[in-house]
Amino acid sequence: MRAITWQGRHKVQVDTVPDPEIVNPRDAIIKVSSTAICGSDLHLYDGYIPTMRAGDILGHEFMGEVVETGPKSTLQKGQRVVVPFTISCGGCFHCGKEQFAACDNANPATTTDMSETLYGYPMGGAFGYAHLTGGYAGGQADFVRVPYSDVGPIAIPDGLEDDKVLFLSDILPTGWMAAENAQIEEGDTVAIWGCGPVGLFAVQSALLQGAHRVIAIDHYPRRLELAGQMGAETLNYHDTDIREALFEMTGGIGPDACIDCVGMESHGMGIDNLIDTVKAHTFLGTDRPAALRQAILSCRKGGRLSIPGVYGGMADKFPIGALMEKGLSLKSGQTHVQKYTQLLLDLIADDKIDTTFLISHRGRLEDGPALYKHWHDDQNEYTKIVLKPQMA
Amino acid sequence: MSSDAPVTTDRDSEVEAEAAPRGEKAVVGRTVTVNRPREEVYAFWRDVPNLATVMENIERIDTIDEGRSHWVVKAPAGKTVEWDSVVTDDEPGRLIAWQSVEGSDVKSSGKVEFLDAAPGRGTMIRATFAYDPPAGVIGEWVAKIFQREPEIQTRRDLRRLKQYLETGEITSSASPSGRKSESATEQAL
Repeated sequence: MRAITWQGRHKVQVDTVPDPEIVNPRDAIIKVSSTAICGSDLHLYDGYIPTMRAGDILGHEFMGEVVETGPKSTLQKGQRVVVPFTISCGGCFHCGKEQFAACDNANPATTTDMSETLYGYPMGGAFGYAHLTGGYAGGQADFVRVPYSDVGPIAIPDGLEDDKVLFLSDILPTGWMAAENAQIEEGDTVAIWGCGPVGLFAVQSALLQGAHRVIAIDHYPRRLELAGQMGAETLNYHDTDIREALFEMTGGIGPDACIDCVGMESHGMGIDNLIDTVKAHTFLGTDRPAALRQAILSCRKGGRLSIPGVYGGMADKFPIGALMEKGLSLKSGQTHVQKYTQLLLDLIADDKIDTTFLISHRGRLEDGPALYKHWHDDQNEYTKIVLKPQMA
Repeated sequence: MSSDAPVTTDRDSEVEAEAAPRGEKAVVGRTVTVNRPREEVYAFWRDVPNLATVMENIERIDTIDEGRSHWVVKAPAGKTVEWDSVVTDDEPGRLIAWQSVEGSDVKSSGKVEFLDAAPGRGTMIRATFAYDPPAGVIGEWVAKIFQREPEIQTRRDLRRLKQYLETGEITSSASPSGRKSESATEQAL
């Protein structure tokens, strides 16, 4: 089959590789009809994520047709399914609490040692995202092996085309959980850093979850325009002092909740971020939490922070004093995708959430390497890329 | 001992050595919680050949009689190391202890305790292994198997045990890659 493989920093290519096979009884094989390139794939593309190996198949947002099932899979051949990027066993303590991304069992025993050392406990499993999370082959390919297929994939009713439901695999539940973690109350103003796909879905989700106002922050005009269309007020940090603007816009109180949809590769204008950049490029540090620092300083006293943005290592100059003295509470984490897929599928079917506005470019698998480069170089025009492996 | 800490977590190796019933040199202890009832977890372990399913380096375990089993463990270059093990203590649902028989190439002891986790949270398995690698060529193999990273080996084996009991299978990320040398089902690392 064909697959997009990672070869090193800023190098991906289309390879011919062996087809996947059923390995365990609960497995299924999916023939991919649509697969997206995620913002977090750029962290891999930029070489920020350790434990990638040359030849790894990329992609954790995908859907398609069930073509093969193990004896204990509950899927049927021919079913159309969206597959959550998080792999979850359904039988451990965490799955029982719907903390699917924290699944104890989905990361193989041989690939959990490093994250146990880094984070204290091993990470869960995910498709196409380095060997820290299991080294599973991803969905930017013709076929994918899906383990624990009786827990993750959600069947899609006829009549809902791929582009409407594909983002159930990651970014839509991630935006939804980001808003849920902000614990929005009536009358709340919610500030959202980053208007990439997750940020834009967080804008929609925050409004659906009852936010009075949403203020979206970015520097790409096109993305701010989309946030505005979703109902957010917008701020461009190139033009505006964000903390001062948020202070003024909220009558001196500050946003009730702040959501960091940026993560470790934060841009930003401050000297702190410049130092972070130098350190990252000299391997003296990894994460650049400029957006998070600003969120902590901007948030009102007793407010809430939600961090869906991806971080991997340590952060310097983390304003722990502001966090403590203002009495902020903080929620974070990889998305417990399986917890939200049915709810969000229903909202899509009822036309309460539109996801198709996001897609700026479509292509074949062969277009993947070029589209990765464009996505990396032009984040203003390239808001979301969807690949169609079966497209002629 | 000055606290409730398990002895295998003590910084003092002499305290840690208390967990080696026959004065073995190396001791490894590890606890894992399995979301299954205590009786079921005990029964799985007591049926000793089951352990070959979840422990990476074990080729097979044969039952000799009620208390004794024969272990065949993989060594480098396609060789194996073998010994007999005898159960020295067995408290159903609570504890199993065993030792290699006198004169074995590998002197080892083990103990596993089955403790109730908090209500509704299954069973804590607390395993302690103690062993002395033998001398000679076989000793070098055994050292490679056990001593190189005995803690890593133990925690991986307990993870596989947990996976098997909680999910019915041993998690594998075997899948294709663009690496020419690997087959479609080769292990990820």
